[in-house]
Amino acid sequence: MGSSGYLKIDWLTVFLFLSLVFIGWINIYSASVADTSAPFINFDLEYTKQLVWIGLSVILIIVILAVDTKFYERFAGLIYLVSLLSLACLYLFGTTINGATSWYNLGGISIQPSEFAKAATALALAKYVGDLQTNMSEFQHQARAFLIVALPALLIVPQPDPGSALVYAAFLFPLYREGISGVYILLGFAAAALFVLTLLLGVPWMAVIISALAVLIFIRNKKKKPRPSRYLLAILLCIGFSYSVDYIFNNVFEQRHRDRFNIVLGKETDLQGIGYNTNQSEIAIGSGGWTGKGWTQGTQTKGNFVPEQQTDYIFTTVGEEWGFLGSTLVIVLFVVLLIRILQLAERQKSQFGRVYGYSVASILFVHFLVNIGMVTGLLPTIGIPLPFFSYGGSGLWGFTILLFIFVKLDASNTHYQ
Amino acid sequence: MRNLLLPGLVLICGIVFTVRLFYLQVYDTSFQALSDSNAVKVEYDYPQRGYIFDRNGELLVSNQPSYDVMVIPREVKDLDTLEFCGLLKIERADFDRIMEKAWVYSPRIPSPFIPQLTKGEYAYLSEKMRKYKGFYIQKRSLREYQVQHSASVLGYIAEVNERIINENPYYQMGELIGMQGVEKQYEDFLRGEKGVKYIQKDRFNKEIGPFKEGIYDTLPIRGNDIVLTVDSKLQEYGEQLMVNKRGGIVALEPATGEILALVAAPNYDPALLVGRERSRNFTRLYYDTISRPLFDRVLQGEYPPGSPFKSLTALIGLQEGVISTTERISCYGSYNYGGRKPLGCHHHPSPLNLVGGIANSCNSYFATAYRRTIDKYDTPQEGIDNWRYHLRSFGLGDFMGYDLPSGRPGLIPDSEFYNRYYQYPTYRWYSTATISNSIGQGEVLMTPMQMVNFTAAIANRGWYYKPHIIKEIKGQDTIPAIYTQRYQTTIDAAHFEPVIEGMFDVYNKGTASHIQIPGIEICGKTGTAENYTKIDGQRVQLTDHSVFVAFAPKDNPKIAIAVFVENGYWGSRWAGRIAGLMIEKYIKGEISRTDMEAFVLNGSLEEEYAKPYSGEPFSINQ
Repeated sequence: MGSSGYLKIDWLTVFLFLSLVFIGWINIYSASVADTSAPFINFDLEYTKQLVWIGLSVILIIVILAVDTKFYERFAGLIYLVSLLSLACLYLFGTTINGATSWYNLGGISIQPSEFAKAATALALAKYVGDLQTNMSEFQHQARAFLIVALPALLIVPQPDPGSALVYAAFLFPLYREGISGVYILLGFAAAALFVLTLLLGVPWMAVIISALAVLIFIRNKKKKPRPSRYLLAILLCIGFSYSVDYIFNNVFEQRHRDRFNIVLGKETDLQGIGYNTNQSEIAIGSGGWTGKGWTQGTQTKGNFVPEQQTDYIFTTVGEEWGFLGSTLVIVLFVVLLIRILQLAERQKSQFGRVYGYSVASILFVHFLVNIGMVTGLLPTIGIPLPFFSYGGSGLWGFTILLFIFVKLDASNTHYQ
Repeated sequence: MRNLLLPGLVLICGIVFTVRLFYLQVYDTSFQALSDSNAVKVEYDYPQRGYIFDRNGELLVSNQPSYDVMVIPREVKDLDTLEFCGLLKIERADFDRIMEKAWVYSPRIPSPFIPQLTKGEYAYLSEKMRKYKGFYIQKRSLREYQVQHSASVLGYIAEVNERIINENPYYQMGELIGMQGVEKQYEDFLRGEKGVKYIQKDRFNKEIGPFKEGIYDTLPIRGNDIVLTVDSKLQEYGEQLMVNKRGGIVALEPATGEILALVAAPNYDPALLVGRERSRNFTRLYYDTISRPLFDRVLQGEYPPGSPFKSLTALIGLQEGVISTTERISCYGSYNYGGRKPLGCHHHPSPLNLVGGIANSCNSYFATAYRRTIDKYDTPQEGIDNWRYHLRSFGLGDFMGYDLPSGRPGLIPDSEFYNRYYQYPTYRWYSTATISNSIGQGEVLMTPMQMVNFTAAIANRGWYYKPHIIKEIKGQDTIPAIYTQRYQTTIDAAHFEPVIEGMFDVYNKGTASHIQIPGIEICGKTGTAENYTKIDGQRVQLTDHSVFVAFAPKDNPKIAIAVFVENGYWGSRWAGRIAGLMIEKYIKGEISRTDMEAFVLNGSLEEEYAKPYSGEPFSINQ
């Protein structure tokens, strides 16, 4: 680790990271400041606390960059195990906030281990897949890789925090990149499509559509002499899935989950009750117009109409106060950052580095997709933060660690060339 | 291939979000409005309405504070309805009805819940209203009348209805607007400009201070005071004279066109249409279909003018050169034509010249003059249209453009009217078919306002100003330009003198000689207008209307007046006396003919008006 190592880090990524953190903070300031003439430093307000978190992450970054690259690969397994343990121990020592036991309370500071588990899982997966002994075309190895991803997710779901657990689906992308069959991703999409369509149309219609589709494909493939029994099986499986979705939705889901889906699917429009969040966030964003109302001038932001505005709904402040131009800028920054990370991942010499880089991009992407999709009313309400933007120390630190381990890996990668 | 999936998804996702943001922020502008209604509360501050004064500076109308309980339906929460109803002293059913109406109007814009509380009720409620979410008390100002007369002139203010709100976005539910008379005509000046305060709210609807430090807020601007041309004393006297009679009095200052008095009878106390009782009183007045107090007979009553019209017949005859001041025309007790006697006449010397014709109101004389006027042209169509051309120059047969919001055009028929009436060309018609017009019967119709206007034009010897009631708008330099512009009639000034001479003789030795007032030279013309009604589908003649037009003094006239008394029989019986009293009151300020005053004040025509409704046969003109 020489001084030249710092020069090799990818300054574009660092610049994008700093930009997002900075823009995020000024919006947290706007969303949480009550009186601009009051003293700036006030530890009751989120923007001051976030400033402290940001300061601490800078120290964290220096530490991460200072640690030898080999450390991350060598200790990936251990880090992963510690992370799993921290998730498991929540059920013993955790603090419950907003109905979810996702937090440790350490002397007044709340720490959310699931935010750190993403980086740990990414390291462990990269280590496993990057191992020379591992062959991803073998089912056994695939199963182990899935297990690495599934364990933390399974620990997170019952907290309950299904939103954070959902993020682990992001690991499908690095696995696909490393050679597992596209069928897994296709199956994932197909299941999602079946899920949504079943809720929209109901089981009987789905049965008709599935059967019709199967018959069509069967006729098209007639020259290949398809076996009717397989098609029958596929139809039955699909209809069975559809039926189980219906059953789970109506009998296993709680009403608030059902409501969230129904709002997005347009089956319900209760703007005061369950649709309030989405409606208010659309109003806030929509009222921004081309250029927005100006920093700290947002009426919706000032009036606290949007719930959780400093955290999951921070993008509404961007939309209202900076308008279409400002929010598009944020979108562009995210897209460029994601593409840049993927670009860096592709040029990694080691498979470990590539898998890890891919995991970083995938996790950030799923957060970005679900969060912006939620606040713009395109996806159901799933409470996960916008990386680098949303208020919260654990989140900011988790994403910082995730990203900067990769920055370090990348810097060493080129350094040794 | 495998390394393209995720970058592709990232790009697609970025594009989809950008499009969605474009839709939300730029394309669909409804979110801006939603945001405003969400986070910013608008509060209005209502200014004082302008005062109304008479021409002598006497205050007629001022203001009194009033308090409305307002409701914003969507903000009503956790309401103890029973307790609330008890507080406001209303029934549960009323509560539901009013709330439903308010919801229908708008869930987020305030609607009046209980309008116009008294001061006592306000003091009691203002403390308690705080605890009921969605309700508040709005201060407004209501009219306070300093006089008990002139209701039809002053008009009234009332809550805006939905049609007005749709047409004019200035107004909101529960606000007040001038609905009739001067209040309506000069609404834009009287109302002033309401002040607006924008207040930032949070999601609990709690006010957290002025929006953007109040840069959009405005202060209310007080309404302009206005001065009317009417003389309050004369107006009041006129209403006293018209008690128990139906009809109207309208008096102008000929030199300016200023309306000195405008009395429609029966009338009512303007204070009836103020405050919470307004609605009930209005309904009562509205459904009085027999005496019709809301029907302004001066502006809306279209009557056959009767004999006063003869002055016009004479003027047109002179202008057309078909009669002269010296020619004497014989009368045989009726106007005879084609072996029939379409127009009877009464006893008077014969033959008569122009002055005598007017003084004695000889039907034959004016029938002759009229016929010659029409027959001067090759066809009766041309003749009628030319006759009408002269009359139109006196402001007749049309809405006159005075500054009161109600009125009727009257009727001066043209050739097309008669062509239709007589089914020309299947049947032909000649001047004699319209001969009744010569004496102001027939098809000619006028409102009393039109009668006084042509009288003023005669008094001025050929010109007039449009009648108007506005004398001054405080804070404005001028009144509308059409009231400071002179209108010329088509009759040469020279022709007026003999007609005025005749009208002077009417008063000196003619049909109105018994109303003479010492020291005032009045020129007038009586009228006794036949009229009909329908009872059970049958045309029934009623007692004649009593009509009188006059101006005084003869030289430099100060007042022109038209008086119309429904079913008052001959012209000088009621209308002439009333006109005389009004003229004396205006010029002298006091009444010398107390005998005449007592007769009018004590006289009643209610018995006459009851006749057609009695269901029994009755006799007329007694």
